[in-house]
Amino acid sequence: MSNLERKLASREFVVTAELPVIDGGGQAEILRQLAPMRPFVDAFHATDNPSAHAHCSPLAVAIGLLGAGVEPVMQLACRDRNRLALEADLAGAAMHAIENICCLTGDDVTAGDEPEARRVFDLDGPQLIALARTLARGRYLSGRPISPAPHYFIGAVENPGAPPYEYRVRRAAMKALAGARFLQLQICYRPELLARFLGAAYDTGLGERLALIPSICILRSVAGMRFVATRVPGIEVPPETLARVERAEDPEAECFEIAYELARHALAQPGVAGLHFISFRQDAGIAKLCTRLGIPPRVEREINGYSAAIAI
Amino acid sequence: MTAPALLARAEHAVKGPVWGCQMCGQCVLHSTGLTCPMNCPKTLRNGPCGGVRADGNCEVKPEMRCVWLKAYERSERLPMWRGHIDHLRPPVDNRLKDTSSWFNLMTGRDRRPPAGWAANADVQP
Repeated sequence: MSNLERKLASREFVVTAELPVIDGGGQAEILRQLAPMRPFVDAFHATDNPSAHAHCSPLAVAIGLLGAGVEPVMQLACRDRNRLALEADLAGAAMHAIENICCLTGDDVTAGDEPEARRVFDLDGPQLIALARTLARGRYLSGRPISPAPHYFIGAVENPGAPPYEYRVRRAAMKALAGARFLQLQICYRPELLARFLGAAYDTGLGERLALIPSICILRSVAGMRFVATRVPGIEVPPETLARVERAEDPEAECFEIAYELARHALAQPGVAGLHFISFRQDAGIAKLCTRLGIPPRVEREINGYSAAIAI
Repeated sequence: MTAPALLARAEHAVKGPVWGCQMCGQCVLHSTGLTCPMNCPKTLRNGPCGGVRADGNCEVKPEMRCVWLKAYERSERLPMWRGHIDHLRPPVDNRLKDTSSWFNLMTGRDRRPPAGWAANADVQP
């Protein structure tokens, strides 16, 4: 059982983070990227061609993370692989004792820098979750047995900030039914939509079946904020938030302040099992934000215990 | 022309103009508010992706309303099959492309998911 699974099962607060994309440089590059945030993070996501840009594969990076002594979450998206390739990567992950799997539909190829590529989407997100569970039950999709059956801690992603807002919790429930046990919530710059999702999830008891983990993005510049606002599918940045950064004397400090406000707001919602941090550049932003939020380093949380309620 | 092929031609003649049917051969229109999910550029069978724009339009085709947004709204208005949109639909059987889903419904061919998937029988709410 992975640490992430054990902690979420015993309702311990977790911190996950996205490892910045890796394009080479071997194990040394992974260690370099990990260094500033390592003390605070329980598990690191190895992303799967984020925003439809090619990078080192999530399985290769997840193996690298294991080698670096930290726990990986392997993301898998449906955009670039058919069901056979997805099964191969799932079986390959199990082969290396990578248990945390996060299943995504994936941005379209048109969001990336190779928009001429063929989009695959042989499966969709909920089907990929069910596929992972099929393998965990000792079968490939064909029914051919896998012995020993792999163990996975299966997660999914949902976007509380994309229409139809009122349907998103039902879609998350479908993912729970398919086999997801944790749910990353997409970066959301409209706190009222995150609150609406988490409120509905709480009311319907969804949080009992799925560990809900909102994502917080730490940007550093006006250009970064503009990129997220205009180029990342499904993320709506209110004009006033963008204007706040554009007007600021110190855009980096303002971006940090916005991330802090959103994180505080997320922690104040019912049923939040942890936070997921995304920082596009290797920096100490995640450690700094955890400190400001009053979230202790991982080892300290493990020794002394920690409840997010202290932070608000 | 064989009977199944004739049926496929008739089905396309009816469902093409009305629902933009893409002849996947395993029709799920009843569970999607009579909205063909194969018109989603990602051909998603289980609800809207996270890329839906704030105005309700498609991530891939900004001028088009999200297929699944329409499916959700229409399924809420349908007098029957309302909860069916929440069912987990199995992966598409690509061998059925351009065959008649009417014929496949009669023979049960459209309800034969892979054996491993069938072992996931607890996926229906």
